[in-house]
Amino acid sequence: MATKAYHKVYTQLDAITKATVSLRAKGVTNDELATVDGRLAQVVKTKGDLITLQVFAGTEGIPTNAEVAFLGHPPIIRVGEQLSGRFFNAYGDPIDGGPAVDGEVRQIGGPSVNPYKRKQPSELIPTGIAGIDLNNTLVSGQKIPFFADPDQPYNQVMADVALRADVDKIILGGMGLSNDDYLFYRHAFEDAGALEKIVSFVNTTEEPPVERLLIPDMALTAAEYFAADKNEKVLVLLTDMTLYADALSIVSNRMDQIPSKDSMPGSLYSDLAKIYEKAVQFPAGGSITIIAVTTLNDGDITHAIPDNTGYITEGQLFLRADTDTGKVIVDPFRSLSRLKQLVQGKKTREDHSQVMNAGVRLYADAQNAKTKLENGFDLSDYDLRCLDYAKEYAIRLLSIDVNIKIDEMLDTAWKLFAKYFSKAETGIKQTMIDKYWPAE
Amino acid sequence: MNTTGKVTGIVSNLVTVQVDGPVAENELCFIDLGGTKLMAEVIKVNRDRASVQVFESTRGLKDGDTVEFMGRMLEATLGPGLLSSVYDGLQNDLTTMKEVFLQRGEYTDPLDHEKTWDFVPIAKAGDKVVAADWLGEVKEGWLPHKIMVPFSFKGEYTVKSIVEAGEYNIDKVIAVLTGEDGEDVDVTMTQKWPVKVAIKGYKEKPRPFKIMETGVRVIDTFNPIAEGGTGFIPGPFGCGKTVLQHAIAKQGEADIIVMAACGERANEVVEIFTEFPELIDPHTGRHLMERTTIVCNTSNMPVAAREASVYTAMTICEYYRAMGLRCLLLADSTSRWAQALREMSNRMEELPGADAFPVDLSAIISNFYSRAGVVVLNNGQTGAVTFIGTVSPAGGNLKEPVTESTKKAARCFYALEQNRADQKRYPAVNPIDSYSKYLEYPEIREYLDRTVEHGWVEKVNALKVLVRRGKEANDQINILGDDGVPMSYHEAFWKSELIDFSLLQQDGFDPVDSLCPMERQKYMVDLVSDICAKEFKFDDYEKCREWFKELINLLRQMNYSKFESEPFMKYREEITKHLETNGN
Repeated sequence: MATKAYHKVYTQLDAITKATVSLRAKGVTNDELATVDGRLAQVVKTKGDLITLQVFAGTEGIPTNAEVAFLGHPPIIRVGEQLSGRFFNAYGDPIDGGPAVDGEVRQIGGPSVNPYKRKQPSELIPTGIAGIDLNNTLVSGQKIPFFADPDQPYNQVMADVALRADVDKIILGGMGLSNDDYLFYRHAFEDAGALEKIVSFVNTTEEPPVERLLIPDMALTAAEYFAADKNEKVLVLLTDMTLYADALSIVSNRMDQIPSKDSMPGSLYSDLAKIYEKAVQFPAGGSITIIAVTTLNDGDITHAIPDNTGYITEGQLFLRADTDTGKVIVDPFRSLSRLKQLVQGKKTREDHSQVMNAGVRLYADAQNAKTKLENGFDLSDYDLRCLDYAKEYAIRLLSIDVNIKIDEMLDTAWKLFAKYFSKAETGIKQTMIDKYWPAE
Repeated sequence: MNTTGKVTGIVSNLVTVQVDGPVAENELCFIDLGGTKLMAEVIKVNRDRASVQVFESTRGLKDGDTVEFMGRMLEATLGPGLLSSVYDGLQNDLTTMKEVFLQRGEYTDPLDHEKTWDFVPIAKAGDKVVAADWLGEVKEGWLPHKIMVPFSFKGEYTVKSIVEAGEYNIDKVIAVLTGEDGEDVDVTMTQKWPVKVAIKGYKEKPRPFKIMETGVRVIDTFNPIAEGGTGFIPGPFGCGKTVLQHAIAKQGEADIIVMAACGERANEVVEIFTEFPELIDPHTGRHLMERTTIVCNTSNMPVAAREASVYTAMTICEYYRAMGLRCLLLADSTSRWAQALREMSNRMEELPGADAFPVDLSAIISNFYSRAGVVVLNNGQTGAVTFIGTVSPAGGNLKEPVTESTKKAARCFYALEQNRADQKRYPAVNPIDSYSKYLEYPEIREYLDRTVEHGWVEKVNALKVLVRRGKEANDQINILGDDGVPMSYHEAFWKSELIDFSLLQQDGFDPVDSLCPMERQKYMVDLVSDICAKEFKFDDYEKCREWFKELINLLRQMNYSKFESEPFMKYREEITKHLETNGN
């Protein structure tokens, strides 16, 4: 962002830390942007005329006589239809070689929606992945993260979900993406020929971590433009929120704040909630759905980042490698979509929830059988059937490489039930059995 | 002339103000941001520097901005029209706001000043009255809403005049009172009260002596909460805290329900807006919304107002309690409120306590819980505020400051357990760790002896012992294998499963099973106790398992059938027959 001529320029810094600089200046407002030696910075603290600025790119090499110019406004984004198909950095500047967007100026991180003016989410978002559609159905206006260890292919799954979902716009907020992953998304979007409905804000690992803090607000302000102003269905992808939270802890640490659990700032819950609660169903028809990624450390969901996330989001999708089949599956036990009952059996076939419950229950029986086997106890005939069922269930339904329609998922599940179990063993309501149990 | 000041420092929503006159702790002020007034509250004063927490975003604020102090604390506006309202944490009416997005500095009136109410006087000229005495009554929907002598009035007053029965709006002077000093004061139908101060104005606060029915077996039968009592529900995410709280809100036996959605998901509040106007109160047949007031400060709304929301909700409850009503306050989640305190304490650079929470956290929590209770009003009638809060412990670990502090303050503990939730055993309340201290109260035992059955508590305790024994037996079976333990272990385990599936578990989404009145709870407890008292003979553990599984299925079918209906009695008979199949 260029320095404008009429801004007063300061050249005397009082203090410099790794992430902040302080100087004496007049008439500066809270949250305002400035440039320090050409780098973008934001006001984070005012004490009389002593202003502390957080320098997003870090302060390496900044001298005490660096030029500081205040821009007179908080972080902004220009919104308009021209955003479509474009790639931007954390400041909203194009990184795809295209021209700057000439749209309406919006402050990022704007106010929340009046809860009374929200509508209850009720529209299904099909993804083709049975581990999601069948067991953890997504609803527009929902916010849900993937919990995955870093070695899981969560970016691929996210891209698949995004490209299959029936939405008007997809907005990618990439935080700490490796350059390879950034290019993966770019190619995936281009190959799908879906570029015109995608907007991307990307901070790669090559860029300073603190810049990431701007990404979700940039992405969600753009999302609000399309959802609230244009009444479009918008899907926002945020990856990786763990790296976002890490950046928060860096800043709070540098500002001498007292850390709470897992050296995260005490405000972590509010900071994350401000982002996730932007998911909304507007009464006029537009919606913002957020699908995020929270990477875990060895499956530990008690760490402050996934823990706070779980309390905020409407469920979580847990990816794990299934050792029996070698597939990556959506774990049916630890995954949950809190809004699924708003669409299951209402927007999908009537047998949906019964089939889902039976499928998971029998899979749980298989896990018990497995434990028995590992402990050296004898297996009953039922146990053995459960184990066979579990394998086929994992491959044909839980695996993330499945891509079928929901009715087909239900039919597949019925076939598996009939292949391995008696009607009574499934525990499904008699009326459903009479109607859907496969013939023969 | 009010005190004014100028902004001298800003860190997030903590602002320091240089003041030109006296300020009070918790006093309200408004910061002028180019014409928009931002509400803030004094939380610390150091000489002429006041630290204030701003209830809104401080974006755009700068050194030197002007501040006006109001000379009063954060107050709730009390009067007819509170019922069925939807407020934010500062009691702004969310339904009358025009914009889809919340606008900074937009404050809406909690009560409708145009609407008229059908007033009937209770007091008459010449009566001696004190604060909280009833002057008259209006019909707030179905509810006889008492118009009271304002709680802030000190000493005795004489009613000089009172208006005749008629239609008035809330600003109409309905009575003139003469104080001991001979001064006349006007009384309208509305009054204000600082939310952080408990409303007194009652004769005494006895120990709770009655049970508040919730229709949830694991509460009413196993660990009942008293009317005017306190309880809390801690649990990791995904264990059904909110579902359990909503069940209590739908079925709790109270005149008024106030739900404080404190730092939680907005879509959960939307669920209440959407469902409650449709659902029917099982006790009165009226729509649930007719007895419900919602105070919501969802997680993305300003953090400082989150703290205010629970106080606002409590003040509304205390107001209705002073009318002789039974109120139930549900706060989801008190951890978010504690986190709001932590954020502020952190910005003020106070020395932190455990997990960076403020050191007085425990005192703040117990002070808040102490506002619940049964009261005997000056006229001898009783009112009650029952309070149930949820706690969201970090990482699901109950050894954290908010859970521990709450455990000291609340008398009922309903521990939600991840393991039970994973097995879909809902409500996932752990039957062994949970407790109700009210069961130790002689007056509560006497009440249960009288209203349910003599020796009821002992009967339920016997079931609890069986549950514990079953758990121990199961541990042994898992270690030694099915064949490695005597048959009595299997029987003990399956008896505990029987209790679990037929009494502890309850289908919150089933129209019949979700609400279980006390009479029905007693019937089922009697039936299950009788079965568990028997000794059975099994040749092998497979047969034992099958036999109990069938029995459990029959009991569950009973739970799904209307009480004493034909199918219900049919399953009851099948149980008798099933019991005969085991040589008894």
